[in-house]
Amino acid sequence: MNFTASKQPESCLLGPESDSQRTLYPYVTVTSVVALKYKDGILMAADMGGSYGSTLRYKSVERMKPIGKHSLLGASGEISDFQEILKYLDELILYDNMWDDGNSLGPKEVHNYLTRVMYNRRNKFNPLWNSLVLGGVKKGEKYLGTVSMIGVNFEDNHVATGFGNHLARPILRQEWHENLSFEDGVKILEKCMRVLLYRDRSAVNKLQIAKITEEGVTISQPYSLKTYWEFSAFENPTQGAVGSW
Amino acid sequence: MASSGFQADVKALQKHLAARHLIYQHQHNKQMSCPAMAQLLSNTLYYKRFFPYYSFNVLGGLDNEGKGCVFTYDAVGSYEKVGYSSQGSGSTLIMPFLDNQLKSPSPLLLPAQDAVTPLAEAEAIDLVKTVFASASERDIYTGDKLEIVVINADGIRREYMDLRKD
Repeated sequence: MNFTASKQPESCLLGPESDSQRTLYPYVTVTSVVALKYKDGILMAADMGGSYGSTLRYKSVERMKPIGKHSLLGASGEISDFQEILKYLDELILYDNMWDDGNSLGPKEVHNYLTRVMYNRRNKFNPLWNSLVLGGVKKGEKYLGTVSMIGVNFEDNHVATGFGNHLARPILRQEWHENLSFEDGVKILEKCMRVLLYRDRSAVNKLQIAKITEEGVTISQPYSLKTYWEFSAFENPTQGAVGSW
Repeated sequence: MASSGFQADVKALQKHLAARHLIYQHQHNKQMSCPAMAQLLSNTLYYKRFFPYYSFNVLGGLDNEGKGCVFTYDAVGSYEKVGYSSQGSGSTLIMPFLDNQLKSPSPLLLPAQDAVTPLAEAEAIDLVKTVFASASERDIYTGDKLEIVVINADGIRREYMDLRKD
């Protein structure tokens, strides 16, 4: 006979008690990640602001992390879910290393793992509220992919999350080409991040740019972009405006 | 297999079937015929009848005799062998045009008439291109590039065409 207390199944959506068991909305969020392939590998950029609703609560959030030997993960969305994903990946890389067989998980494999995790959590109605960018190089082959909180996933030469999809991707589509130099890649990323800074209210002017090549991962020190606010059209914005409001 | 709908479900479904196809090849030492895969796809979709794959599929390929076949599906696995089909956001625009051009024989006829449409390959490809160019005029979800897959006795070939260049 079964004497265990009755428990609602994992994906049961009935009633407020079971709502405390799953993610309903994000609390502390981070904004866009932008990334592109260049000559030697992948370049990725993300700012360092962590918002608590409309408050800018954290100003030094590092949201690009190396994964294993060959990958770099950038995340936007709920920070606590990103930290949990890092825990999952820690375990994944640990088991991979413990085989001690000379093989290591490349960016394609890590991206596939993350896709499975995000999709399966979505199917259980308990998503990890993140949009992830996974880039890396293994044996000379560059890889750049993205996964969203509902499991939408693809790989491309340049990707962006959140507002970056709307503001950065048009720039990337126009300016990206094969075999970008490091300097050109950084210039394009900075152009994207500047537009995001002007137009995304959750963006802050403190960013890092990360680079991953066959040799390894380098994440820059935080720095700021130069901005220009003296455009004459904004100096007297209501001049010439017609209307009552 | 061509799918429309929620990309994550489409990818998951196609991955599932690719894995099952691989297992079939290990067990039977041959490729799956299109009718076999058609049944498998139907069963896979119905398995998730109460939490469906949001995926609207058209399956095309060759049967055991090497003749072409097309199967059309809904999201929960209802399927039918047809001479032609379309699914997805543009299907309401495309299907009537295909009906007009290809006039499939009625399924009520006796003896049963073959559902194969008597088009040459070049004519068929041209029709597909025309159909998508038209769909892109009025369907906002139709994208800016078309991929055409041609399967015949010689193998599988892909062609691409840009859309919305105006």
